[in-house]
Amino acid sequence: MNYLRHVLDHLRKDLRLEWRSRDSLNGMLFFSLLVVVVFGLAFDPTSYPTVARQISGGILWVALLFASITALNQSWAREQRNNVLEAQRMAPSPASALFLGKAIANLLFVLVVEAVLAPIFIVFFNLHALGSIWLLALIMPLGTWALVVNGTFFAALGLRARNRELLLPLLLLPISLPALLAMVQATTGVLTGDLDPIQINTWIKQLLGYDIIFTTVCILLFETVLNAE
Amino acid sequence: MQTAETTRSSSTPPTDVADCIVLDSVSKLYGSFAALRNVTTSFCTGSCTVIFGENGAGKSTLLRVIAGLITPTRGTVTVFSGHPHQQRRRVAYMSHSPMLYDELTAMENLNYFSSLHRDGGCACVGNPEMALRAVGLDPKLNRPVGQYSQGMRQRTSLARVLQSDPEVLLLDEPFSNLDAASAKHMVELLADFRTWPVAPVNGVMGARTIVFTTHQSALAEPLADRTLTMRNGQIVESQPVETQISTSATEALG
Repeated sequence: MNYLRHVLDHLRKDLRLEWRSRDSLNGMLFFSLLVVVVFGLAFDPTSYPTVARQISGGILWVALLFASITALNQSWAREQRNNVLEAQRMAPSPASALFLGKAIANLLFVLVVEAVLAPIFIVFFNLHALGSIWLLALIMPLGTWALVVNGTFFAALGLRARNRELLLPLLLLPISLPALLAMVQATTGVLTGDLDPIQINTWIKQLLGYDIIFTTVCILLFETVLNAE
Repeated sequence: MQTAETTRSSSTPPTDVADCIVLDSVSKLYGSFAALRNVTTSFCTGSCTVIFGENGAGKSTLLRVIAGLITPTRGTVTVFSGHPHQQRRRVAYMSHSPMLYDELTAMENLNYFSSLHRDGGCACVGNPEMALRAVGLDPKLNRPVGQYSQGMRQRTSLARVLQSDPEVLLLDEPFSNLDAASAKHMVELLADFRTWPVAPVNGVMGARTIVFTTHQSALAEPLADRTLTMRNGQIVESQPVETQISTSATEALG
């Protein structure tokens, strides 16, 4: 219970900081909208609705992946600026609570971007889902968590690296491949109706398994990463 | 092992005189550069030690090793007979950077850090409002710390460490960026801090221990029981300060 309180303290602080500056949200929104508009203009989805459905899952996740990388790269910048991270290391609060608070805050920021992006995406790609659309309510948060939990962890890992802007995508993209495969397949399956619900459920279960494994690993290793010299 | 020579001031409460911090043959290497070389010293519970030395002498590294923020390459550091990491509840560290979020107000910063020290149901570790008043800042000041002057940030940072009610206070250049009046106020506050009661641990009466680095010897010596001088990562001199001087920092500063 006390652990949960510490997570909420960190989360509240991160939400307040983002509310004051809106750095992450503005950056992510601009980037993801740009990707959607450029792809929308390039593919002419109204003339080729089937092709649009087939590629839209991939485009959506590419936009979200790159947008979240821009934000995740900066997710520990505020802690680094005035050596705040050292004050956090000196505090008796568990390091993993700091990590979870930050990861949940990042999840909420990306979900806000998704909420804004979704209607624009539907309009630009002229989408009508042929599968069970409610499954997206599971796929989107699970896929987003897979990106942010690893992204938050690797951003912390790269804090002391000279080329940390480069390091995050280099580490995050290969590690996220299984999750990306599952989320793109499941999303495309819902939009095109090509996959039956059992196949989509299999992808969702794989995504869930990925999330559980990597969240556990990140929580267990975060204190070591935080105290690394 | 070298023992700390400590002259206790009359204002310090009676305590167990055991060493609360012990460094045994501690070295810290960064590649081929040795920031600390074979440092062996100890700090008595309830003492106030000031560390002098030129830039790059190893003062900050020594404090960071005691704080558990960096691990020594060789040697051992014990704080209250344990690893520094195990004593986070009892040790506070203030570096020359403020360790505060620029976007938050002083009160929001202190509330946040106070919550990190919370153990159990209540956030009663310290009182952020009282801590801010103690360092001469208005808790109602509704400006983000990023807009504060360097001196105000320094004082907010001191409030941050004081509110956690530490038994060991490690301060790295606490008087830098402060004007004469603020520095004098900080010295008085630290002298007062040493008199704050400490809850007994395992039946032993505790006391407040301060270790700090500075270049301003005139400000520091009235407060100190002992001075250490560092050069090239080594302690080259360890001297007790006369009792008459250290009796009351407030008196000495007029």
